[in-house]
Amino acid sequence: MAELSLIEALRAGIDEAMAADERVFIFGEDVGKRGGVFRVTEGLQDKYGPWRVIDSPLAEGIIVGACIGAALYGMRPIAEIQFADFIWPAMNQIVSEAARICYRSNGDWNVPLVIRAPYGGGIHGALYHSQSVESIFAHVPGLKVVVPATPYDVKGMIRSAIDDPNPVLFFEHKKTYRLIKGQVPDGEYRVPIGKADVKRQGSDVTVITYGLMLHYALEAAEALAGTDGIETEVLDLRSVRPLDVEAILASARKTGKVLIVHEDNLTAGIGAEVAALIAEHAFEYLDAPIMRLCGPDVPAMPFAATLEEAFMPSPEKIAAKLRELAAY
Amino acid sequence: MTDVQPGSVATGLDHGDLVAIYEKMLLARLLDERQWILNRQGKAPFVISCQGHEAAQVGSAYALTPGKDWILPYYRDLGVVLTLGVTPSEVMMGLFARAGDPNSGGRQMPAHYGYRKLKIVTQSSPTGTQVPHAVGIGLGIKIRNELAGRIVDDAVAWVSFGEGTSSQGEVHEAMNLAGIHRLPVIFVCENNGYAISVPQRMQMGIENVADRAAGYGFPGVVVDGGDPIACYEATLAAVERARRGEGPTLLEFKCVRLTPHSSDDNDRTYRTPEEIKAIRQHDPLARFAAYLQAEGILNEAREAELRERIKRLVNEATAAAEAAPPPDPATLLQHVYCGDQ
Repeated sequence: MAELSLIEALRAGIDEAMAADERVFIFGEDVGKRGGVFRVTEGLQDKYGPWRVIDSPLAEGIIVGACIGAALYGMRPIAEIQFADFIWPAMNQIVSEAARICYRSNGDWNVPLVIRAPYGGGIHGALYHSQSVESIFAHVPGLKVVVPATPYDVKGMIRSAIDDPNPVLFFEHKKTYRLIKGQVPDGEYRVPIGKADVKRQGSDVTVITYGLMLHYALEAAEALAGTDGIETEVLDLRSVRPLDVEAILASARKTGKVLIVHEDNLTAGIGAEVAALIAEHAFEYLDAPIMRLCGPDVPAMPFAATLEEAFMPSPEKIAAKLRELAAY
Repeated sequence: MTDVQPGSVATGLDHGDLVAIYEKMLLARLLDERQWILNRQGKAPFVISCQGHEAAQVGSAYALTPGKDWILPYYRDLGVVLTLGVTPSEVMMGLFARAGDPNSGGRQMPAHYGYRKLKIVTQSSPTGTQVPHAVGIGLGIKIRNELAGRIVDDAVAWVSFGEGTSSQGEVHEAMNLAGIHRLPVIFVCENNGYAISVPQRMQMGIENVADRAAGYGFPGVVVDGGDPIACYEATLAAVERARRGEGPTLLEFKCVRLTPHSSDDNDRTYRTPEEIKAIRQHDPLARFAAYLQAEGILNEAREAELRERIKRLVNEATAAAEAAPPPDPATLLQHVYCGDQ
């Protein structure tokens, strides 16, 4: 057991996968000598050589497109998109190709591909280095979309993503890279895709969330327990496609009061789907309307600190919403 | 266009090969013509043609090794897939969207080829998306060879597209990457002068797509796409170059499109009657038949016998596919995720 930052845990998981399977290789901008602009792949090219960690040309379409081809050939590519905001040139390859290849070939072909991308804001990255893009991909059958938020989960889930015979979008909140530290076992382990995790037990209200917001929700829950005596259950989705429907319904039935928190825009975000599932399958257990606290419907957060703060959900905003929900 | 020149001996093709190439061209043509008839009878909702491309397709595919090389065709490549081993009845299963369609089990429109057993990679309808895949396969081959320190896999990735598709950014990105790492990829542009109704002069400011290869650092070759021997020779040279680890080649086969873009198109709305008539003068099938007859390789009796045999094949394939069952509606949700069924 060691205490690792999220970025160290992620690197350790990738390193283990590369050591275990020569077919695993990394392809993306600046991933080689530089080790990625966030340094996720630091040291890996020295260890595995220039044909396992390959600097791509600056073109997201070919990063994903070539990785699809390599996956079809039998490799296990990890594509890195430098920022999730820059993933759109690869949209055609992800949605029209990777997601559909198994279906359209009647199971004849499949694409074991991991696409990693740092996402999210609160780091003064403005509109083009702060986006949350997960819900757009979560809409697409054939893709798996994961958003792990703790060092333990990140390491276990990157291994599951690499093992998976399907394309997996692996989103990492860039603010958690160095901010979040946690205990990580030394040996190999897996965290399954499609399973949520109760990160804090509680009986009064439920927060359903993922990514950086998990940590803000945990902070709010601790504060409320101390000041208001409200016991909050915090469910970390970890995977937004597939969703862990059972875990969502179990927590909603347990507390009867649900707040969904995500940094992504409110409208048609993951929260809308979670709310619909609860309304359809756990309506009679509810003691209050399902509430949402999300990023507002602006294209992404602006640069100025005041505007960024206004955009981001925070522990304080979550605590206030939870008080409102508990009192309902 | 120049006439087909003798010289087959130099290519390594003997008379048997030339007749085999002609047979595949004829099969592609007769199978294609039958599909149009079925469309006009209301039995097949959609048909897209290879007519005019048979020489390029069969000649080029003849230089590949079925089951070894990776094939990423586009929707016109009926001649390519037939040459590599897809059967007429399998093609017809795709046309009728039968459960036994090896391309997609009736999920995709006809002519979206894909067949893992033959390393024919599944394709989609957005054009050009297959070109990055070919380059990725080339990258996979290169990585394996580099890690081994020698050539352990000398397969090539052969990918085709039309000149209209060469306008797509993904095609540029793919060729750029292939040039950077000298990947074993054969880029094949089957240039028939039209992207549905838009002529080449509205697609690009140059005459030859092949000229672009220089910008990516590898050879580009313009080939008479009506001459199967020339297409074979050019492809073989590119394949051998790629197998030696020397990198990609862009081949541009100048073809004609003898039909409208698809069964939903009417080319009389944008082509003059004179042009349509003139294009017919460049039918590669008639040209190659005339060549084989002039060389004494084929005579009228043999030709008639061939046609008869192939017509029978087409009839049998049509009947078998028409009688085959459609996909079971219960399979609608299968294979969304691989390994989940």
